[in-house]
Amino acid sequence: MSFVEYSDLIQDGDVAIVYLNHESMVPVKVQQGAQTQTRYGVIRHSTDLIGQRYGSKVTCSKGGWVYVLHPTPELWTVTLPHRTQILYTTDIATITMMLELKPGSIVCESGTGSGSLSHAILRTIAPTGHLHTVEFHQQRAEKAAEEFKEHRVDHLVTVRNQDVCKEGFGVTGVADAVFLDIPSPWEAVRHAKAAMKKQGGRVCSFSPCIEQVQRTCEALADQGFEEISTLEVLLRVHDVRTVSLPLPDFGPDPSAQTQPDSTEKTPPGQASVSLKTTTPPREIPGHTGYLTFATKPRT
Amino acid sequence: MADNTDDDSLYRIKEGDYVVLKRGDIFKAVQIQPKKKVIFEKQWFFLDNAVGQLYSSTFEIVSGILQPQKPKNTESSSDAKEAGTDNRNIVDDGRSQKLTRDDIETLKEQGLKGQEIIQQLIENSSTFRDKTEYAQDKYIKKKKKKYENTVTILKPSCRILAMMYHGREPGKICHLRYDTLAQMLTLANIHAGSKVLVFETCAGLVLGSVMERMGGYGSVIQMYPGGGPVRAGVESFGFPTHFHDMLHEFPICHVNALLAGTLDTTAKDPSAASKQSSMAAEEEQNQPEAEQQGSPEEQSMDTNSGADGGHNQEKEEREKEEREKRKEARAEEKKVKQEEKRKKLAAAAALLEGRNADGLVIASRFHPCPVLMGLLKFLSPSRPFVVYSQYKEPLIECYTKLKEQGGTVNLRLTDTWLRHYQVLPNRTHPVLLMSGGGGYLLSGTTVATDRSKPAGSQRAEEPAPKRLKLTDTEG
Repeated sequence: MSFVEYSDLIQDGDVAIVYLNHESMVPVKVQQGAQTQTRYGVIRHSTDLIGQRYGSKVTCSKGGWVYVLHPTPELWTVTLPHRTQILYTTDIATITMMLELKPGSIVCESGTGSGSLSHAILRTIAPTGHLHTVEFHQQRAEKAAEEFKEHRVDHLVTVRNQDVCKEGFGVTGVADAVFLDIPSPWEAVRHAKAAMKKQGGRVCSFSPCIEQVQRTCEALADQGFEEISTLEVLLRVHDVRTVSLPLPDFGPDPSAQTQPDSTEKTPPGQASVSLKTTTPPREIPGHTGYLTFATKPRT
Repeated sequence: MADNTDDDSLYRIKEGDYVVLKRGDIFKAVQIQPKKKVIFEKQWFFLDNAVGQLYSSTFEIVSGILQPQKPKNTESSSDAKEAGTDNRNIVDDGRSQKLTRDDIETLKEQGLKGQEIIQQLIENSSTFRDKTEYAQDKYIKKKKKKYENTVTILKPSCRILAMMYHGREPGKICHLRYDTLAQMLTLANIHAGSKVLVFETCAGLVLGSVMERMGGYGSVIQMYPGGGPVRAGVESFGFPTHFHDMLHEFPICHVNALLAGTLDTTAKDPSAASKQSSMAAEEEQNQPEAEQQGSPEEQSMDTNSGADGGHNQEKEEREKEEREKRKEARAEEKKVKQEEKRKKLAAAAALLEGRNADGLVIASRFHPCPVLMGLLKFLSPSRPFVVYSQYKEPLIECYTKLKEQGGTVNLRLTDTWLRHYQVLPNRTHPVLLMSGGGGYLLSGTTVATDRSKPAGSQRAEEPAPKRLKLTDTEG
């Protein structure tokens, strides 16, 4: 297992995603002799996980069962331990496309935070790309580096513990793309420019507040960035269900021709039509953040 | 790591390159060919001058010829920074612009640059000075859009081509909006080194995007309907040749045979009829050859004897020979093509036979339900799949069927809204128009199928919550 390569069988040291039900999944670090408690009972790693195929059903001690899934950045995003507010898959997908990331891309990112986006970037730029990620919070930087090692992607990433607004990304003239998710991105715009290739590239900044966006756009324009565009992507989830709509009873219709061969209809008051449809969840995230993209021209 | 050389060769436009022209928000994909006339945004020009220039350069169009634009002329603000505060005294009498249409046409014919025409318009507008600064800005922007004749040449990418298709030919790509395409590539965990199945009727845009994300590592099997795969969109990406080595194709009309294990990809296929015809052709070829064997000697004898009558005969002989040769060549070509097709089919079948693909992406004008049910069988357990549909209802059907069948978890029916913002000092707001819909996605993950469950067993409409309740009571 690795976050950038599929494998069929679960091995000692892997990170597996245990799928309990539609709402809950947990990441599990697979270790010989270890056990994981779930609401359906115990999972014994040596017998239940190691050597089993990813995607198989595991019966727990209480007779309940779970599925064990191969980790992907998307499953990691919904199961990872939060150390900060994180980016979710909808924004990540947009960022990945609009930054034109692909295998071989060199990317700079700050802050690393909980590593939700980092894993997605690593998946996309492997096997020949590289991620330079900067996190000014020492513990978070260390934890991220540790996670990358556990997930077997550490060869693709360099974690730096410094302040991006003051010290930049620690590299110059190498990046195809830069991503900023910090409180004052406008202070890091010139560092972003310095980190990027002279031939140009793409930059993205994620900010929850419009004032941050305004200052960032101004800084981008000042630094000569082009094609500046701000957008927001909202996810809507549709719950599939069958609904039944009762039909009103208008009483007997005297004008209706009673046909002799008419079969017995459902008794009035019970007639209804059922149909498959979708309903929106009662509450949905109405805002995550604004995504501002720009192109650095050749310098 | 990237080499930090100053080598620009990768960033220069070459003859034969596939490029994207851009003006404002309008894109057009073209190939750079010598003396090729291109029509873009009501203007025609030749691309020859772009060769050797850097990508992302902006060119001015001067009577059909591209001229590299001078370094950016900064926002030429009108020298006299005169502006009104409001529009209380601005009356629309339709006479504020002193230049007539004809005057403007004349200016254009004189070969005036867009910038100069705009300056003329401003100078001849009686109300311009009374407009607010913002209104002046807006006026200049509007005129720029109309009179500036520049074009930028970009290197194609998934982002640009997806935006181009959505803007130009949404019908060709089933109205797949670019943010939806972005979701698909991420939800399907498309990445280097995997084996991905793609079924699409989006002109090759989805296929090309998948290929771009795989960077030439791994394999893509395009399942195609009808006579052959449509890949016009893939061309526009301008991939290096080795990217095409990873691309395979398999006709969906053979899926059932493949699943049943009755697909014959050995040399005696594709069909007995075609084989017979090629055999017949071979026999035909053999016969004249046998006849001809005597003829050269006869001919030489004829010519030696200097007989006049030989000429006509010779001509006929030669023509006959030519005809035979052509026939032979055609038959040979056909045979080679068929053999190639068979080899391709065999290669794709071999990739599919293991039923261990890593991902599945579907985006087509067909009903997604049978497509999904048919192709899901080729995936390994614990692999993601994504189905796109312009409409929600077919995906509801897919969802229901998958729930009945089992073998998948994490099913989600989603769509995304995309909103653009105008961000300007004191003028920040959402853009007035937003896209009405970019289609719907059904995504999920495969799991090992339950062998104990008899096929076609009656199951509740929505087993998931029921099962939950069961386990809950146990817990």
